[in-house]
Amino acid sequence: MSDVQVNDGPMLAADGTPLKVSIQRALRRQKIRALLLVAPLFLFICITFLAPIGDMLFRSVENAIVPETLPQTVVALKTWDSKSGEAPSEKVFAALYADLKVAVKEKSHTRVASRLNYESPGVASLFRKSGRRIKRMQEGNYKEQFIKIDKDWGKTVVWETIQRFSGNYTKGYFLASVDAKETVDGISMKPEGERIYLYMLLRTMILSVVITGTCVLLGYPIAYILSVLPLRTSNLLMILVLLPFWTSLLVRTSAWIVLLQQQGVINDLLVSLGIIGDQNRLELMYNETGTVIAMTHILLPFMILPLYSVMKTIAPSYVRAAKSLGASDWTAFWRVYFPNTIPGIGAGGVLVFILSIGYYITPELVGGTSGIFISNRIAYHISSSLNWGLAAALGVMLLVVVMVLYFIYDKIVGIDNVKLG
Amino acid sequence: MSALPPYASTGQKAWFYTFRTICGLIFLFLIMPILVIIPLSFNAEDFFTFTKAMLALDPEGYSLKHYKDFFTNSDWQNALANSVRIAPMATLLATGFGTLAAIGLSQSYMPFRSAVMAVMISPMIVPLIISAAGMYFFYSRIGMQGTYWGVVLAHAALGTPFVIITVTATLVGFDKSLVRAAANMGAGPVLTFFKVQMPLILPGVISGALFAFITSFDEVVVVLFVGSASQKTLPWQMFTGLREQISPTILAVATVLVTISILLLTTLELLRRRSERLRGMSPG
Repeated sequence: MSDVQVNDGPMLAADGTPLKVSIQRALRRQKIRALLLVAPLFLFICITFLAPIGDMLFRSVENAIVPETLPQTVVALKTWDSKSGEAPSEKVFAALYADLKVAVKEKSHTRVASRLNYESPGVASLFRKSGRRIKRMQEGNYKEQFIKIDKDWGKTVVWETIQRFSGNYTKGYFLASVDAKETVDGISMKPEGERIYLYMLLRTMILSVVITGTCVLLGYPIAYILSVLPLRTSNLLMILVLLPFWTSLLVRTSAWIVLLQQQGVINDLLVSLGIIGDQNRLELMYNETGTVIAMTHILLPFMILPLYSVMKTIAPSYVRAAKSLGASDWTAFWRVYFPNTIPGIGAGGVLVFILSIGYYITPELVGGTSGIFISNRIAYHISSSLNWGLAAALGVMLLVVVMVLYFIYDKIVGIDNVKLG
Repeated sequence: MSALPPYASTGQKAWFYTFRTICGLIFLFLIMPILVIIPLSFNAEDFFTFTKAMLALDPEGYSLKHYKDFFTNSDWQNALANSVRIAPMATLLATGFGTLAAIGLSQSYMPFRSAVMAVMISPMIVPLIISAAGMYFFYSRIGMQGTYWGVVLAHAALGTPFVIITVTATLVGFDKSLVRAAANMGAGPVLTFFKVQMPLILPGVISGALFAFITSFDEVVVVLFVGSASQKTLPWQMFTGLREQISPTILAVATVLVTISILLLTTLELLRRRSERLRGMSPG
C-alpha cells in the first residue's frame, strides 16, 4: 500500500489514464448509447407526428396564396389609402388584369377567390365572373372595363379585403375561430347571429364537464366496491369494467345506437312495460342526451381504473379509527375516506375531460346537430367546406386547451405514472 | 367494509343493500351494450330490436344470415383484408422503435429524459382529430395521403406510446446486475440483449405490441383522413355503415370484434401474470 501516493498527482485507472477522465469517458459512452437507442423513435415521431402538428400550426396563419396569385396587384395596392372612399387608380387595375390573366390560365383564381371569400362574402363570385370575361377585355382603360363587368370593383370593400390579406401570414383564421373579424375599424365581433365557434367551444366544454361529472358519479361507487370486495370477487367484476374498455369504440357506439334509437331496445322496453305510450317515444339520440350517455359509457373505465388504484391504497383502519372515535358513517366517509380519494378523482377527472373534449366519432354518430363537438366542426372544414386554414386554427385552439389540461394532469399524476389496464 | 357486521342497524342494512343494487345497475350499464348486440346479431329479421320470435326463443327468430353477409359481401371482406394488411405492419414498426426507445429511456444516463418522454407520449395525448388534421395536411404535402404507407406510419406513431409505457413498466422491475453479469462473462451488448434482457422483458413487449395492434385495428379517425378508399379498414366501413346505410351486418361484425377483444384481454392477463412471476423469480 505504500505505492499509493494520495497527494501526489491524480488517481489513475488500471490502464494508466486518470480516473476522472476514464469515468467521464465511460459516462459519455453510456449517454451516447442511450441516445442512440432513443434516436430512431424520436426521429420517427418527429417526422410522422410532430411535423404534421407543426404543419397545422403553420397552416393556421399561412396566407401565401394571395401574394402568390396576385403579386403585382398586392404591390400596386400598397400605396392605396383604403379610407379615401374611392376605388384605386388605373395602375392597380392594370396590375389586377395582368395577375388575373396568369391566374385564369393556371386556374388558380378560384382558389384565391374562395380564400378571400372567407373574409368578405361575395368576393368569390366577383372573381369567377371577372375570370370568365377576362379574355374578352381589351388593352387599356382597365378600370372602366372591370367596373363594367361588375360594379363591385368600383367599391372599396373588395380592395380593402385584398389589401388587408396581402401579407404572407394572417391572423384571419384565428379571428374567425373566435367569431371575430378584422375590418378597417379594427377587430370586432361578428354579428350575434353568425357567432358559432365560441358557442361550439363552450358547448364542447359544458358537455365534457357533464360527461366527467357523470363518470365521477358512476365510477366512484364501482371503484369503491371493487376496492373493498375480496380479491377473487373483485377480479371477476373487474372483467365487467375491462371488457368494455377493450371493446372497439365503434362496436360500443353502434350498440348505443341500437339501444337508444326511437325504435330501439330501450324505447321498445319502455313501451311494452306501459311506461310511455307508443306515440311519445323518447328522443334519446341525435341530441346532447345521446352524446352524454354514449360517451359516459365509453370513458367510464378511464375514471374507474385510476380511482380504483387510489382507493386500493387507503387503509381500512382510517375509517375504523374515525368510527371508534365516535364519527357517524357519513362523517367517517366524508371527513376521512373521501379526502383520501381526491387524487384519484383528480387524475381520472382530468383524463376523462382531456379525452372527451377532443372526441369525434361518437358525437358524429349519435350527436345529431345539438350534440356535436368542436372536433366535428374541424372535420367538416377539412372534408366538406375545404376551409383548411380555419380547420387548422380551430385545431390549434383545441390543442392549446388540451395541452394546458395535460400540464395539469402531469402535475397531479405525472406522465410516467400512466398505467394501462 | 365488504361484509355487513352482525351489529349493523336497520339503516346500515338498508344502505348496504341499496348500495349493492346501485353498483349492480352501474355494472349493468357497463356491460349491457355488449350483451345486447350479441343476441341481436343473430336476428333473422333486418331489425335492430328484439322480435317477438326472438323473445319467445323460437329458433325461427334466429339466423346466421348477418354473419353470412359479413363473410361474403365484398365491401366487408375488402375492409377486413385492409385492416389485416395495415395493423400488423403498424404494430411491427411501433413495437420495434418503441422497445428500443424504452430501453434507452430506462437507462440512468439518458439526458433530457422527461422532455423526450413527453414528446414520445404525445401521440396518445393529442386528440385524434388534431393528429388526423395535421397528418392530412402534412401527408398530402409530401404525397403520402391516401397511400398504404401513409396509414401505416400514422398508425405506428399512434401505437408507440403504448409500447413505451408497457415496456418501461416491465423494465422498472428489471435487475440490472443480470446485464453486468452477462458482460462479466464476456457477452457483447447485442448478445446480452437477445439472450438476457429480451426474454425477461418479452411479456411487456408483447403486451405493448397488443396495445399497438388494437390501436391500429380499432382506429378510425386518422384513417378516415389519411387513407383513401383503397385503404378502407373495418372500423371505417362500420363508420360509414352506421352513418349511411345502417345494416344489421354491423352487429355481426361487432360480435366478431368483441370476441377478438376477449381473446386479447385474456392474452394480456396471462402475460401480466407471467411477467409478475418472472419478476418474482429475479433476485434483488
